[in-house]
Amino acid sequence: MDFNDTPEEAAFRTEARAFLEKHLEPKGAKPLRQRISGEAFMREAKAWQKIKAENGFAQITWPKEIGGRGGTPMQQVIWNQEESQFDAPTGPFAIGLGMCVPTVIAFGSDAHKKRYVRPALTGEEIWCQLFSEPAAGSDVAGVKTRAVRNGDDWVINGQKVWTTGAHFSDFGIVLCRTDPKQPKHKGLTMFIVNMKDPGVEARPIHQASGGREFNEVYFSDVRIPDSDRLGEVGAGWKVALVTLMNERLAVGGSPGPDWAEIMDYARKAGTLGDTAFREKLADWYVAAQGYKLTKFRSQTALSRGETPGPENSIGKIITANQLQDICNEAIEMQGHYGLMVDEDTMPADALFQRSFMWAPGLRIAGGTDEILKNIIAERVLGLPQDVRVDKSVPFDELKQG
Amino acid sequence: MNFDFSEDQKFLRDEARKFLTAQCPSTAVRAVLDAEDITHDAKLWSQIGEMGWLGAAIPEEHGGLGLGMLELCVIAEELGRVLAPVPFSSTVYMLAETLKLAGSEGQKAALLPKLASGEVIGALALSEGPGEPDPASLSVRFEGGKLTGTKIPVTDGDIASHAVVLAAEGSGASLVLVDLNAGGVVRNPVKTLDPTRSHAELVFDGTPAERLGEAGAGAGLLGQLLDRVAVLLAFEQLGGASRCLEMATDYAKERYAFGRPIGGNQAIKHKLAEMYVKNEVARSNCFYGAWALSSDAPEMPEAAAAARLAASEAYWFAAKENIQTHGGMGFTWEVDAHLYYRRAKLLAVQAGAPKVWKEKLIRALETKNAA
Ligand SMILES: Cc1cc2nc3c(=O)[nH]c(=O)nc-3n(C[C@H](O)[C@H](O)[C@H](O)COP(=O)(O)OP(=O)(O)OC[C@H]3O[C@@H](n4cnc5c(N)ncnc54)[C@H](O)[C@@H]3O)c2cc1C
Ligand SMILES: Cc1cc2nc3c(=O)[nH]c(=O)nc-3n(C[C@H](O)[C@H](O)[C@H](O)COP(=O)(O)OP(=O)(O)OC[C@H]3O[C@@H](n4cnc5c(N)ncnc54)[C@H](O)[C@@H]3O)c2cc1C
Repeated sequence: MDFNDTPEEAAFRTEARAFLEKHLEPKGAKPLRQRISGEAFMREAKAWQKIKAENGFAQITWPKEIGGRGGTPMQQVIWNQEESQFDAPTGPFAIGLGMCVPTVIAFGSDAHKKRYVRPALTGEEIWCQLFSEPAAGSDVAGVKTRAVRNGDDWVINGQKVWTTGAHFSDFGIVLCRTDPKQPKHKGLTMFIVNMKDPGVEARPIHQASGGREFNEVYFSDVRIPDSDRLGEVGAGWKVALVTLMNERLAVGGSPGPDWAEIMDYARKAGTLGDTAFREKLADWYVAAQGYKLTKFRSQTALSRGETPGPENSIGKIITANQLQDICNEAIEMQGHYGLMVDEDTMPADALFQRSFMWAPGLRIAGGTDEILKNIIAERVLGLPQDVRVDKSVPFDELKQG
Repeated sequence: MNFDFSEDQKFLRDEARKFLTAQCPSTAVRAVLDAEDITHDAKLWSQIGEMGWLGAAIPEEHGGLGLGMLELCVIAEELGRVLAPVPFSSTVYMLAETLKLAGSEGQKAALLPKLASGEVIGALALSEGPGEPDPASLSVRFEGGKLTGTKIPVTDGDIASHAVVLAAEGSGASLVLVDLNAGGVVRNPVKTLDPTRSHAELVFDGTPAERLGEAGAGAGLLGQLLDRVAVLLAFEQLGGASRCLEMATDYAKERYAFGRPIGGNQAIKHKLAEMYVKNEVARSNCFYGAWALSSDAPEMPEAAAAARLAASEAYWFAAKENIQTHGGMGFTWEVDAHLYYRRAKLLAVQAGAPKVWKEKLIRALETKNAA
């Protein structure tokens, strides 16, 4: 038992770190309030993505033929660990490269791969995931957005919602209903859609947190050539599962303050001596450490070329809930003063307050707490599925609301 | 990254599981539970001695197998799964580890070989009354080579041949070793929540004893000892918690109510998913504790505390919700669920209750941060 890299892994880590040091500043070098946002951030993010792609550090496990490094999953883990030590402008590409483009690679034609993979990899084109709808979130197979065949094209009408980044995306993968007479999982088909098409309208949604990162997206007579279909007609669910599987791999840790940050804050505030607080802090440490070490177990499997077990599925349930609790505790510790949100004057640049408003979203995005527990119960423990009233009935006869 | 047990260690685990499944079914545990005069499973105890497990982490020069702490962790988890009713933890995690940590060459040479061969049974005597014993105000005293006062309860105190006792000496505290068979000790059996392990009150009245380590070094040595004990007990707890999850999952699939398995209801599914999450948190923290223990890592204080806390929480949750999942059946003597519930409590409070370990953990993090 040890935490050491193999000689090959160590060599890769050294190479990655040297590359990062050449291009970026270490995390925390710049105070939070000087960080950029909006279009300036996007410019920097695209520039960094391009540098990564040109040097073989974008999508390390992808084959070289399509612009990846042809590396191992463990190398990707090492890269992520190292990059997270630096002030790297990442983010806008995670959904595209982590979920959408892998789906295009799995189900698209050679022409698709030629056209779409490279510009996504270099950050020139951004992708979004158009699955959720007002009446289809957890139950994403319940989508109603219609695709109707017309000559060589499909005509799309309907509405998506919660689409992260749709307003700055160039392309998306959109899950549509092609046959409402079939049971819900059978009448679905997946397409590539050009987000700049005049029939596509993305309206940013004002989030509870105040930001506007996700969108409602309306489709009005948008024509998609049949050649931009991913997978067979009626096989959209199978395609969607591949995307969602990649999502489960992509999500896990939550950004934001953890036990170390609140301990640090309590020390400065002089409240670290409080017994009730110390007990909570111990619980947070144990759970956070438990998840961190669980990732090490999965990485051990990766490092040996094996498939990790299901243990990583505990991640988002732990981290999203803990983030919420830690922020809540920090605010209560600050008392009435803790209500204020000014980044220039509040302790820790108002990190606790900002994350407090983000945490509810993390418990929902990428699978809610309840859905993730169902997945553990059914797929890991082998317990029976919930009672389903929707599986064999034609979709257009189902209740919705 | 190699954060896992080795192939050899996994082989040891598989062999141990096979052996214990055959030799320690729940009928064996119940034999100790039901009969007032049976203190432990003597046959299993001697078999365990023959397998060499008692000396797994004792150096060969002292009659052990000279494997390592990781192997001992593997064995501990398996013993915890089957609720083995034997004085393994008292003898191996507590007495043997104390001797390795604080014993003189003479003490080690005298006792470790006998311990490895099963002739010696150990006990660790700390508690004197409600709450954690405070090394600064102990009622049991060691003066002039003699021990006086009462320890209660002492796990395996009625069957042990040797006890490690925390006692006041001068103005400090020391660890001392007592030969319980040499006379001068009254042992009164006491009833506890977990009758599958025996407990006693030990009354010392000028009982001859010898010091382990320096005079007044007791509190410091005990701290180091309990870090080691914590990791090993955590593996027993992990084994028990894993078994509870299996029992509850199996039952939830078989038991029908309202025309379907109870495990089809989210109230049960989500409960068992939470059990799984807690067990994985415990397993990962236990692995880390095992690593720190086996490599004498400076991270040992926080690693031991986290392993112990995660495992105590996981076992408590799994044991109580396993009963709940079994409904009325879970509340019967015949179903094993209450055996785990009992053992979960014993393992959580001996060698420091969770509250104590939380404080130790935060202190360790503070020290680390100050450094
Ligand atoms: C920040 C953020 C970003 C997002 N980004 C995207 C994106 O880029 N693309 C995209 O397609 N979607 C995105 N989503 C949508 C996200 O996937 C859905 O919000 C999520 O799957 C939940 O669906 P819903 O909102 O319709 O809630 P519902 O499914 O209506 O759920 C409401 C409540 O009911 C519970 N519930 C539902 N079904 C069950 C069940 N069977 N058993 C028990 N409880 C149940 C849920 O757990 C929840 O608590 C995003 C969401 C958020 C918050
Ligand atoms: C101390 C005691 C005294 C009792 N006295 C009496 C008495 O005097 N007279 C009498 O008639 N009975 C008595 N009972 C029986 C008691 O009412 C039942 O044990 C209880 O109703 C549970 O039923 P069960 O044991 O069959 O468990 P089950 O119904 O098999 O339940 C097993 C588990 O599944 C869960 N479960 C079952 N169905 C669902 C569902 N639909 N959704 C979610 N979870 C579900 C339960 O909550 C439980 O956790 C007594 C029980 C006890 C423990």
